[in-house]
Amino acid sequence: MAEHDTGESHRSQAKSIVGASPLSQVLLAAAAPLGAFLFSLIASAIVLIAAGGNPLEAVADMLTHASKLEVQVSMINRATPLYISGVAAAIGFKMNLFNIGVEGQYRMAAIFAAYVGGAVVLPSVLHIGLIVLAAMVIGGLWGGLAGLLYTHRGVNEVIGTIMLNGVALGVIAWLVRRWQAEGAITEVGVGTEPIADSGLLPNLNFIPELFGDLRANEELTGVLVIAIIVGIAYYLLLNRTVFGYDLRASGLNPFAARAGGVPPRKMALTAMLLSGSVAGLVGLAEIFDKGRYDPNFVGFLGFNGIAVALLGRNNPVGIAVGALLWAFLDATSDILQVTQTAPKEIIDIMRGIILLTVVIGYEVVRRVRERTEAARTAARLAEATP
Amino acid sequence: MRKLFILASIFLSFTLIAAACGSGDTTSVGLVFDIGGEGDQSFNDSAAAGITRAEETFDISATKVSPNSDGSNRADLLQLQADSSDIVIAVGFLFEDDAVEVGTANPEINFAVVDSSMLTPDNAPHADNIAGLVFSEEQGSFLVGAAAALTTDTDTLGFIGGVCCFGLIEKFEAGFRAGAQAVKPNIEIVAQYITEFPDFDGFNAPDRAREIALAIFDSGADIIYHAAGGAGAGMFAAAKEHSEATGSKVWGIGVDSDQYHTVGPEVQDYVLTSMLKRVDNAVFEIIKAHRDGTFSAGEIRYDLSVDGVGYSTSGGFLNAAIVERLETFKAQIIDGSIVVPTDPAQVGG
Repeated sequence: MAEHDTGESHRSQAKSIVGASPLSQVLLAAAAPLGAFLFSLIASAIVLIAAGGNPLEAVADMLTHASKLEVQVSMINRATPLYISGVAAAIGFKMNLFNIGVEGQYRMAAIFAAYVGGAVVLPSVLHIGLIVLAAMVIGGLWGGLAGLLYTHRGVNEVIGTIMLNGVALGVIAWLVRRWQAEGAITEVGVGTEPIADSGLLPNLNFIPELFGDLRANEELTGVLVIAIIVGIAYYLLLNRTVFGYDLRASGLNPFAARAGGVPPRKMALTAMLLSGSVAGLVGLAEIFDKGRYDPNFVGFLGFNGIAVALLGRNNPVGIAVGALLWAFLDATSDILQVTQTAPKEIIDIMRGIILLTVVIGYEVVRRVRERTEAARTAARLAEATP
Repeated sequence: MRKLFILASIFLSFTLIAAACGSGDTTSVGLVFDIGGEGDQSFNDSAAAGITRAEETFDISATKVSPNSDGSNRADLLQLQADSSDIVIAVGFLFEDDAVEVGTANPEINFAVVDSSMLTPDNAPHADNIAGLVFSEEQGSFLVGAAAALTTDTDTLGFIGGVCCFGLIEKFEAGFRAGAQAVKPNIEIVAQYITEFPDFDGFNAPDRAREIALAIFDSGADIIYHAAGGAGAGMFAAAKEHSEATGSKVWGIGVDSDQYHTVGPEVQDYVLTSMLKRVDNAVFEIIKAHRDGTFSAGEIRYDLSVDGVGYSTSGGFLNAAIVERLETFKAQIIDGSIVVPTDPAQVGG
């Protein structure tokens, strides 16, 4: 991951020197993910044929299913937390920090946010704001803890965040029993005190309703707005602020950045705090939907976010494409089980192939670029020297 | 008069619904498994067995689906099944909230959730089309607890729960303790849980179950009862390991299915008995009720009196005298002269 970025930076520096045409740059950048998707389609089709299935029927089922409005709404609902999770992971990646702890960070944030939200009744804007703030603060603190361990005690951030994931699960197990609604667990499926309506972010149903009717129990999550804000903020932070520049510089070459006056400890800690506070937002969609933290609380969003960040190459738009692709595969795996045209495991195979191919694809593209640019530079040098 | 009219129309609408559902046509059944899906040799497979039996008995067509490992698509799967089925059966209490949501949005489809009573806090059904299939696990556990107490040589028993503190697995422990104490009031029982709610990994952690079982055996227990789903395999492995290492035979007691038939031949000889939780019966019966037009909303309880729970004698490790004692206990529980507790704290837990 990080090596790729380093490679890309050299290339982009080289690019600004040599000045390759922008169109070919875009084509090359798009080639990897698109090629990966196509390749995974072909590979999984071969697997399906080998297993005695009909890939054309399966793809047709998937596409028919995905063309339904309610499925599209559900896809966006799934992609929203995945996107936020991907951005959280990407912030760390940009700094060369592998934050595996998004999982623990968002779950900790979610239970605290749900508890705080359930404990008070405020005017709607304040109430929602308080829940969002609580989620960001707790997520940030949990991420910052891993950051502190890394900067001040030399604990590798991968180990630190993985261990803190385990600690988070334990703490949640302890908390959820103390924070039960009505004080005790009487039946399974209970959770924290329900959040009053004033604390629930309104849905965005007016958008899909432009295109058709939704069922009573379906809604488009309002957290989509938060996700979009997160994406824009991430873009601006990286590309339009001194901090973002320092962040990228430290990630690309910590020694050079340090020589240039960027304090590495402070950068690492801030990156983990930021990554954690964005991670804190991941659980919001579920909280606003269910109105509390319950044992059903959705898991693995943190780990899937890493995959999505990898797919999107830490680019705010790329992560969105990755999240939507993941959500598409999720949603369509459901219909495959019902129509029984293909086992749902084929979707897992596709995901694995996509990830592997993307990594390989980026590497190939990087090498091709380096070679062509080296050739171009050599040609220019030859022109310049008489 | 007005009231009478309302009553009549409610009654009429019920019969119309019943008529629509209960005709002799093919009934399509949508089953949604718990995490782990088909092939877990325990809970989910028991539900699948119920479907298989229903397919052999009635004219039904069944679709079976499993949720993602993160459980994020439970509601979507329920909705998809509702789109193409007459009755949707969800296996596991984790479907509780989603089933209420999808069930109320699809009032013409019947929903049943295994292991949840599907009642509101006021003990009323959520809707006329949502039923909960629950089991009196404490009663079956009482019987295997008594069987263990009648078999033990060391007067020390063990209990391994998969996931503690959400109220379900404690019922197994309470029944087990009560049954053992009914035979030997001073018997010692060592109980341990693998993980704590809401960390459900304990149901699928055979390695950790094995460690815990070895420790309990080392502390002097010679029979351990597990209520830990797929993790139980680790306990049976530990029973074999401990028996072979020390030369004195120790036992495990299975749960949900008759585990003598599911654990595999190498540890079969260590399965003293199993507490049967007849999810298959419950699934079969609810499909039958749906076809007969007798589907009723809210809690449907499966206890000893309807063979919803019980114990197995496969392997023949329980002798006739023990079985006789167990049948006496069973009769006493059914007639109410023994009331089995559901909270371990009531029986020294």
